Amino acid sequence: MDFNLMIEVTPLLVKAAWITIDISIRSLFFGFFIACGLVFLQSFQFAPIRWFARGYISVIRGTPYFVQLLLVFYGGPSIGLRLDPITCGVVVGAFNIAAYMSEAIRGSIESVDSGQVEASRSLGFGKVQTLVSIILPQSAALMIRSIGILAIVLIKNSSLVSIISVVELTYQAQRLIGSTYKPLEIFTLSAFMYVIIIYAVMGIIELAYRRAMRYTTL
Amino acid sequence: MNTERNKDEPMIEIRDVHKSFGDLEVLKGINLTVNRGKIVSIIGPSGSGKSTLLRSVNHLEVIDQGNILLDGVQVNRPDMKGLQFERHINHIRQNMGMVFQHFNLFPHLSTIDNITLAPRKLKKMPPKIARELGMELLNRVGLASKADVFPNWLSGGQKQRVAIARALAMEPKVMLFDEATSALDPELVEEVNQVMQSLAEEQMTMLIVTHEMGFARDVSDWAMFMDGGVVVEECAPQKLFSNPDQERTQNFLRKHLNS
Ligand SMILES: Nc1ncnc2c1ncn2[C@@H]1O[C@H](COP(=O)(O)OP(=O)(O)OP(=O)(O)O)[C@@H](O)[C@H]1O
Ligand SMILES: [Mg+2]
Repeated sequence: MDFNLMIEVTPLLVKAAWITIDISIRSLFFGFFIACGLVFLQSFQFAPIRWFARGYISVIRGTPYFVQLLLVFYGGPSIGLRLDPITCGVVVGAFNIAAYMSEAIRGSIESVDSGQVEASRSLGFGKVQTLVSIILPQSAALMIRSIGILAIVLIKNSSLVSIISVVELTYQAQRLIGSTYKPLEIFTLSAFMYVIIIYAVMGIIELAYRRAMRYTTL
Repeated sequence: MNTERNKDEPMIEIRDVHKSFGDLEVLKGINLTVNRGKIVSIIGPSGSGKSTLLRSVNHLEVIDQGNILLDGVQVNRPDMKGLQFERHINHIRQNMGMVFQHFNLFPHLSTIDNITLAPRKLKKMPPKIARELGMELLNRVGLASKADVFPNWLSGGQKQRVAIARALAMEPKVMLFDEATSALDPELVEEVNQVMQSLAEEQMTMLIVTHEMGFARDVSDWAMFMDGGVVVEECAPQKLFSNPDQERTQNFLRKHLNS
């Protein structure tokens, strides 16, 4: 192992790691709102709207993220959808993770006992107030856990945007290998950085989870 | 009983109510009136439609046919749609307290917050006044010391007493009880019965579904035996529990009083 080289390239990799984090956070942020929209669409009485949401989720879950990325980046321009690489990574990442996240949100909401809704409605609370005051506080813990897992998937997926030459952690590593011919050192270093990022995220999730769970341990 | 206010004002009116789940007709034309300040008990075998009837009264089940009135106001309104009906039913439900077999307390809220949530949010009661109301109700059910405890820390009997206090916090015109003591260990039944007894003494109008024959006989003004979605027999509880006219009632009581 060439430790001098590893120290030398660290600043460049750290800089690229920020791009990885940036893309992931933005995808997660927008993905969350898209996911909430998908959950909302599935609650419609009017069936075609529900079918649309279900169909979208099925298509996204039934195709590889990599293919979705290539399709939008290379296929998009022919229908006038021209995105720069980073935007493309964020947008495809968000629309991809939203499909999984909507299922996670729906699952956590459905995990709340139906008796809770009945008790709330029988007191005279409306649907929205029941959701906000009764259901969401109780589904929060599970929701945080499952969204956390998806955040980690998102971070790992972000390495794939290297294919459309976004200079994130994996692309930068490949570039450095091209000029140094030291794949072992550089990939080890980049893997280590993924570990740090992902464990930091897991720590944050755990804290948030415990906060959401606190009423059961009081 | 209740001689002073024996005015025969109907508080709950159930008129020719039908309800099916798919092909299964669970309520086949039920009629029942509960007058102000009166207590009516419904008994019957499992699956006879008791819960469905009670839940229809506050529209947790949507009836297919017939009418239900609370204090003269029609509860089911097939003519109303969407938000208009939402507003209507939310208003109606604020006047009906419901107590469930499995308590359904909100586990993420302390005991007192369980009780005060509805008055605070729905009546915009200031927190301080709501807390006073909550403490008063907890006192009434003998649980003032548990105000800031979470429901998971309470026994079944205590949970049900809190659930009754929660329903009372909206000052309902009627209380509906669906087997309030069925999920409790036998030694905890009495403390809940006592709270219900005290409500009876305060002339609360109550509709009670129960398997507690003794309690139903002692506390009710009227008793009804249901089987297979129809009212088989209804009369004063002394008669229904001692010498009912119908053979089906006799058989049911024989089985239940022996076990
Ligand atoms: N949501 C539902 N969907 C389909 N069938 C239902 C539903 N709710 C109740 N039923 C059926 O309706 C019938 C009456 O049920 P209900 O709960 O009213 O009986 P019950 O008299 O309260 O019985 P128990 O003493 O066991 O509580 C039963 O056959 C039950 O299986
Ligand atoms: Mg029942």
